[in-house]
Amino acid sequence: MKTYYDPEDLKKFGKIGEFQKSMADKFFAYYGEVFQEGALTAREKSLIALAVAHAIQCPYCIDAYTVDGMEKGCDEEQMMEAVHVAAAIRAGASLVHSTQMMNKVKEISM
Amino acid sequence: MKSLKAQNHPLSNTQYELQLLESQKTGISFSEKLAECGLYPLLPTQIEILQINLGKMCNQVCKHCHVDAGPDRKEIMAFETMQECLEVIKKHDVGTVDLTGGAPEMNPHFKWFVEKIRQLKPKATIIVRCNLTIILANPKFKDLPEFFRQHQVEVVSSLPYFTAIKTDAQRGEGVFEKSIKALQMLNMVGYGQENSGLMLNLVYNPAGAFLPGSQEGLETEFKKRLKSQYGISFNSLYTITNLPISRFLEYLLRSGNYESYMEKLIEAYNPIAASNVMCRNTISVGWDGYLYDCDFNQMLELKVSCQNSQHIKDWNLEILNNREIVINQHCFGCTAGAGSSCGGATA
Repeated sequence: MKTYYDPEDLKKFGKIGEFQKSMADKFFAYYGEVFQEGALTAREKSLIALAVAHAIQCPYCIDAYTVDGMEKGCDEEQMMEAVHVAAAIRAGASLVHSTQMMNKVKEISM
Repeated sequence: MKSLKAQNHPLSNTQYELQLLESQKTGISFSEKLAECGLYPLLPTQIEILQINLGKMCNQVCKHCHVDAGPDRKEIMAFETMQECLEVIKKHDVGTVDLTGGAPEMNPHFKWFVEKIRQLKPKATIIVRCNLTIILANPKFKDLPEFFRQHQVEVVSSLPYFTAIKTDAQRGEGVFEKSIKALQMLNMVGYGQENSGLMLNLVYNPAGAFLPGSQEGLETEFKKRLKSQYGISFNSLYTITNLPISRFLEYLLRSGNYESYMEKLIEAYNPIAASNVMCRNTISVGWDGYLYDCDFNQMLELKVSCQNSQHIKDWNLEILNNREIVINQHCFGCTAGAGSSCGGATA
């Protein structure tokens, strides 16, 4: 069955330079450096990436950073908490806009 | 759970395992990969480690075990074969004697063997690959920590994770709790404690179809968690990749992960890890005295290639140092990513 998202396509990610090499090279160099050990550990960065992957709902990234998290020793509880952080921020981002609704309601109400 | 052998499982037949590995779809052979970086044929550097398998008998039945060890395995090294091993240890400058199994302590001559090795080589490193739970399996094993201490034995023990759920999923119900108790007992006699000289190293095998992450990162996390939750100290964590043989191969096939796991190993091939593979400085002795390039080749019954020195009683160092190492597709497990060996990452 053909689908827009094919797990096999994730393996082709490294080949996006085929159509525009210099930008792809710069992107992958930057990407590689971002995920190195730094002020944050590679493990912490992996959990952030997993949370962001859920926030932006990228199936490739969810697959990739689930495996990456397992490889880096994260457990299921930690990974699920990271997803809840993403979910909470998404929920909060909606809910905080309710202040605008409340303002408007108050503005036009007697 | 029974061993694959006791189940009469097709994967207990090493010829079947090898056929499966060789027919793997990606079509890239390990020898071609070695040739790309000038390492084929793979040759030894110098034999520094003698790894001796004292038997396949074990009190545990771990789901990833490459030995297919368990209580139903009765193959253990005979006293005469141990004497032949001692002859080799006596004659040659073997820096490290690495005792493995199954549970090596279940061999009835285990303590005698360790005592003899220590008498022959007071300065050699003697390693025992202790599964930890054996210490609590029977009152006769409770003095093992003290025995190890007296003979300055380095203890290397598997602990796939610092929580019960993941550890027990790989090693069996209740293994985590017993492992923690055993580690505390080892700490009590000085193992893993600063300046004690008593080395306690842990082994991390991924509990699933994925590769181990950074050895350094995992060691930091293990040390933090084991110390804060259980007061346990240890020296180093060795990350070891699961090789696609025996029970782990059975898991890969059953779970539909075999092809993708092999692809991952091949994609992650690292030439630096390839140049540092353990078979270049190790000889593995089987429970029946036959010689192999590594413990994995032993389980696949791939004996050393040199016809005139295939058994411990025929040991010839010169011939062994000049042999070609036997390789196959499972070897990709030792060269993926940061590499893998019985002493952890290699690159």
